[in-house]
Amino acid sequence: MVKYSLRRLLGAIPTLLLVVVLAFLLVHAAPGGPFDSERVLPEAIKQNIDKYYHLDEPLPQQFVRYIWNAVRGDLGPSYRYRDHTVSQLIAGSLPISILLGSLAMLLAVVVGIAAGTVAALRQNTVVDRVVMAFAMTGISIPIFVIAPVLVLFLAVKLQWLPAGWSGSTGAARLLLPVIALALPQIAYIARLTRASMIDVLASPFIRTARAQGLGTYAVIRYHALKPAMLPIVSYMGPAAAGILTGSVVVEQIFGIPGVGQFFVAGALNRDYTLVLGIVIVYAAMIITMNLIVDLIYGVIDPRVRYR
Amino acid sequence: MVLWLLVVACGTKDVGQSDSTLHRGLGTDPESLDAQKARSVQAANVLRDIGEGLLAYSADGQLVPAAAERWEIADDGLTYTFTIRADARWSNGDPLTAMHFVLGLRRLVNPANAAFYANTITDIVNAEAIISSDMSADELGVAAIDAQTLRIELTQPVPYLLSLLTHPSTFPAHSKLGNVDTANSTGTRLSNGAYKLLSWEPGSLLRLQRNEHYWNNAATAVDLVHYHVIVEETVELNRYRAGELHTTDNVPPENFAAIKEERGDELRISQYLGTYYFGFNLTRPPFKNNPHLRQALSMAMDRDVLVEKITGRGESAAYSWVPPGTDNYAPPQLSYTNLEQEERNAIARSLYHQAGYSDDKPVQVELRYNTSDTQRRIALAVQAMWREALGFEVTLVGEEFQVLLTNVREAQITEIFRGSWIGDYNDASTFLNLLLSSNPANMMGYASEEYDSLMQRAAAQVEPRRRRLYLEEAERALLADHAIMPVYFYVSKHLVRPEVRGWEDNVLDYHYSQHLSLDVAR
Repeated sequence: MVKYSLRRLLGAIPTLLLVVVLAFLLVHAAPGGPFDSERVLPEAIKQNIDKYYHLDEPLPQQFVRYIWNAVRGDLGPSYRYRDHTVSQLIAGSLPISILLGSLAMLLAVVVGIAAGTVAALRQNTVVDRVVMAFAMTGISIPIFVIAPVLVLFLAVKLQWLPAGWSGSTGAARLLLPVIALALPQIAYIARLTRASMIDVLASPFIRTARAQGLGTYAVIRYHALKPAMLPIVSYMGPAAAGILTGSVVVEQIFGIPGVGQFFVAGALNRDYTLVLGIVIVYAAMIITMNLIVDLIYGVIDPRVRYR
Repeated sequence: MVLWLLVVACGTKDVGQSDSTLHRGLGTDPESLDAQKARSVQAANVLRDIGEGLLAYSADGQLVPAAAERWEIADDGLTYTFTIRADARWSNGDPLTAMHFVLGLRRLVNPANAAFYANTITDIVNAEAIISSDMSADELGVAAIDAQTLRIELTQPVPYLLSLLTHPSTFPAHSKLGNVDTANSTGTRLSNGAYKLLSWEPGSLLRLQRNEHYWNNAATAVDLVHYHVIVEETVELNRYRAGELHTTDNVPPENFAAIKEERGDELRISQYLGTYYFGFNLTRPPFKNNPHLRQALSMAMDRDVLVEKITGRGESAAYSWVPPGTDNYAPPQLSYTNLEQEERNAIARSLYHQAGYSDDKPVQVELRYNTSDTQRRIALAVQAMWREALGFEVTLVGEEFQVLLTNVREAQITEIFRGSWIGDYNDASTFLNLLLSSNPANMMGYASEEYDSLMQRAAAQVEPRRRRLYLEEAERALLADHAIMPVYFYVSKHLVRPEVRGWEDNVLDYHYSQHLSLDVAR
């Protein structure tokens, strides 16, 4: 398994490089530059700025410079945040995004699996219908609708929770964003769990277990849960990607200084280095998540072998 | 989960009952808090709190002495001598001297610092040569005669120099900051303003604390100021309504009517030095050498409907390029200003026909705007007005802002474009210079010898009244050419809680934290 992981990680390097090359070309292909505004700068000043940021060099040379520095861990200066380097901005924002994402993922898995299991056990009853109705709503309403509604109700009207990140310092400011981020995933996971659980519960080995006189709890806990989890585990990869993209929206709405906010601002401001830095981080995260999912798969399903 | 919700709910607090901390909405992050490198309005707002120039503005927008207690201007208008306050200090207690201002201005023009605002002081002796690397920054025409006396020498009179010297780009630099670029982290950043920076969490919060060494510290009321970075206007509004902010940076258009109803007395709308306009590409047909068509379109645009029905936040219809409220200036008006819209439309139709167009012989033109809800609604309204009044068909093209800027600058496919211009300082020249044929920001491609020469004569004029006449004459020529379609003048829009004292509306929209206080009893 260690050998397998190492091979996968080595294999990720060309992928990562390809992502960087494509991103580099794409950001430079977008019209406009980082210092363009309606206040067009006099030529001499523009030259000074371009020289300062090496933007006067030919593109291939800029690329080589970028890669050379990036390999050594220097992601360059941000063009928009002139007092900060890209590494500083990512170092400040990534822990916040990771905390937010992990909490949302945890909430989604726990609540999603519980709700799905309950629905499967009470298949075609009122409980099942209510849970699935919630799940359907959760899937169909986008985050950029859910989040403001939560803010309006819990923060503006009732004033129970802070409306934005910088409004308080405690854990309270995490609550609304985490819920907003987790809701769609809870819905997906609940539906997946229900379907998978119903399948498993109908299999012969469960009938055998029941015939041996095991109670419902024991059947679920020792026999049904593990095989029923396989589709959920496969879904973790896409779920991580979903939370990643969702966090871009949630961070905007709650004013959370996470990576997603800098990604959007970077793209709009043509902050080349910032966008590239975050693309590298995102790509690395998704590659790692997929590897973790594959490893968990092997733990749960004894039929899976790593070669 | 419900339990967690209840537990954390007790931990939130309301700004209304908080200690002496002023919470202000800021909009986007400052790109830099290095006075010489900053560029944005947001950066300038924060920098005016943590730094101070030779002059500053009072709460109601009047020029007042700041780090300099007095100054003398030579009769030829080319030499300014400032006396720095003896009690002016940096936040570490070091005395603030004339040399620090020399260092600051040298940093601004030094090419190694890549400063955006270097061009604001190009009239200082040798500035231009230094910016283009032909001279060393030490040769800038600024000298510290002694610790308290600063002399600035100009190549030509700049009647608005004093207002330029309130701009953060002209703030002093401590010698520890050096003459060239240094990494300046929050901890070592020195401030000579009423506040100093405690921390900056990009994308979220800037915390400012009273600067005990500030010469006028006794007049500062609020100990801590928190600037909250909030990009989305509706998010800012929610946070204001949730009681997390004392003042907002803006008010979103979609909620404006409701807010007026709900919190009319907290709404602060004020005239602002900014013009929203539509520009023509004057370098290509159909607008090149076609003043009749340009005038027809300008006249057929019902500005009153636009400001009342579309923007609706107190903006006023623009019939001049320079906004009213500009110091020492009375903007001339477009020739048809006093006509009713119907009369304007009738004249516009005949001009349209004179230009050689009619229903049988229409002209296809594109109007480009940056994609946003407000821009799209304005463009749609104008499209309908032109169709109805003239039978003129315009195709709307919404583009991302950077794409729009590129297209407008290249002036190849662009025909009509939407633009805006915000004054950098309170003088008509900040608007009128844009249309100089030599200005790279003149994206219309307007090139009028008459205009350029009037502007040149104004620039050479020491006598303020004479200069003003030349400037007004230049604008009159510009408006007669219909080189640009002013649409409306911006207003500044804020929500200010009742407990905030000292907030006064002004055209510059400067609201120094040192002028504000919190009435805690409320």
